[in-house]
Amino acid sequence: MDPLSHDQIESHIRTQLGDVFTIIPDSYGVFTMEVPLQQLYRVVQFLFKDEALGFNFLTDLCGVHYPDDQGRELCVVYHLQNMKRQTRMRIKTFVSSEKPEVPSLTGIYASANWMERETYDFYGIRFLGHPDLRRILNMDEMVEFPMRKEFPLEDPLREDKEDFHFGR
Amino acid sequence: MKTNLEYRAEFLNPDMPEIPYTTLNLGPTHPATHGIFQNVLKMDGERIVSGEQTIGYIHRAFEKIAERRPFYQITPLTDRLNYCSAPINNTGWYLTVEKLLGVKVPKRVDYMRVMVMELARVADHLICNSILGVDTGALTGFTYVYQYREKIYEIYEEICGARLTTNMGRIGGFERDFSPKVFELTRKFLKEFPVVWREFESLLSRNRIFMDRTIDTGAISVERALNYGLTGPNLRACGIDYDIRTAEPYCSYEDFIFDVPVGTTGDTYDRFVVRNEEIWQSLSLIEQALNKIEAEPAGVFHADSDHYYLPPKQEVYKNMEALIYHFKIIMGEIEAPAGEVYHAVEGANGELGFYLISDGGRTPYRLHFRRPCFIYYQAFPEMVRGQMLSDAIVVMSSLNVIAGELDA
Repeated sequence: MDPLSHDQIESHIRTQLGDVFTIIPDSYGVFTMEVPLQQLYRVVQFLFKDEALGFNFLTDLCGVHYPDDQGRELCVVYHLQNMKRQTRMRIKTFVSSEKPEVPSLTGIYASANWMERETYDFYGIRFLGHPDLRRILNMDEMVEFPMRKEFPLEDPLREDKEDFHFGR
Repeated sequence: MKTNLEYRAEFLNPDMPEIPYTTLNLGPTHPATHGIFQNVLKMDGERIVSGEQTIGYIHRAFEKIAERRPFYQITPLTDRLNYCSAPINNTGWYLTVEKLLGVKVPKRVDYMRVMVMELARVADHLICNSILGVDTGALTGFTYVYQYREKIYEIYEEICGARLTTNMGRIGGFERDFSPKVFELTRKFLKEFPVVWREFESLLSRNRIFMDRTIDTGAISVERALNYGLTGPNLRACGIDYDIRTAEPYCSYEDFIFDVPVGTTGDTYDRFVVRNEEIWQSLSLIEQALNKIEAEPAGVFHADSDHYYLPPKQEVYKNMEALIYHFKIIMGEIEAPAGEVYHAVEGANGELGFYLISDGGRTPYRLHFRRPCFIYYQAFPEMVRGQMLSDAIVVMSSLNVIAGELDA
């Protein structure tokens, strides 16, 4: 079967759920949309259950930290896939680092379990409704969330690798 | 399709009398688990009631390290994900960066990549299946076929100098052309290996003991497999013909003719048979690739651009432009556009994805590895529930969980 086109996905969600998303243009051909936190679970559940779209496979889930973006510092990126139509899509949701709480998708996709634990482990994003939200790769005693940008990999005073030395 | 709650409700019976269960630590280091995995199993006699995995023993923070490294220096990190098939990881990473940079590589490079990737797939499946034999008590087959992994590593060695963590190739192609000896060794491998592999197959695939141990152990239904994010041979063993090489062809896989084998029940035996058949398909792909490489103009082994492909070392010492580009590339000054790329390749144990966010700087803003076994290893307790302890070992072995990839 042919892959779903961006227009098909967009118009289908819009007619069924209304204006619950913003399209983010992506130059590499993946349908990308931003969904507000309150709508996330509903939208993903719809994408999972809907016959026409059938995004029944959660390929990937990960966090991103944008420390300069006030009020939307943390981002969770979901990659969904419809294997029959060979279509992928990306959903992003932003949350402030003050109250990093995102609904858990473990009720829809069992595979979200460890991926959400990993995201919690590295970014401190709490997934509400997750059955067992513990650290997974780091040790339990750790208090920091190491993938956040405030934890530099090297001595932060070191300047020789800064972009301005390289003509940027 | 059932929801998780409905699914679990079938296993919860309030009328059941309380049984004193035994807690058993399988691992962290156990001779039968091929790596540092801990499983805390709740046992009823010799039957598994539930299990809980602990992972992260060899976590090395690759995603964090990658945020401080130029694209070139990330390749050695990918070697150490699934170290049984490092060339697939290397190539997957190059393809991701090439997609971001908009690089088009020549056909011959594609075919050369297909050749090394399929060799890697053979090596990976060979280990997985022969170790599965060991776990059911057949050590001989393993020691017999294992020397052919050595032959594959000799080919790697001839291509790039390394054996296990290969760091093979460059963004835009290969670091040097394949020597005639590479083709000679590969042809020799293609002639000798099928005889050995057929013998190994006939040792196990209709063996009464092996079939009794593997049929109906660790089975998973299609719905649960999809819900748990299984990919690769483990998903195909359940009966879904999803293979990224055919679904979203990369590296000119569309030019090749091959079958995607599928199983029916998703049990250990099906996974074994699917991997066996994939080895045969890979051997055919290697042969096709060799013929295609010969048909292409000789001596083309990289895309033609100074901006991201390192100049030859001799040039660097005598030519100013070459020296400048060498310096710029090594220091990570490739002009990378800002953007987000997700690229997946069919790794030996599933869909290996790279999610790269570039802000135009010299390093990725964020790089996330979609490691297949990190995602599908979650299904392990459900697959072994109600089965014997010795089945757990066999199921884990057949899932092809690689510690390096699991913990990244």
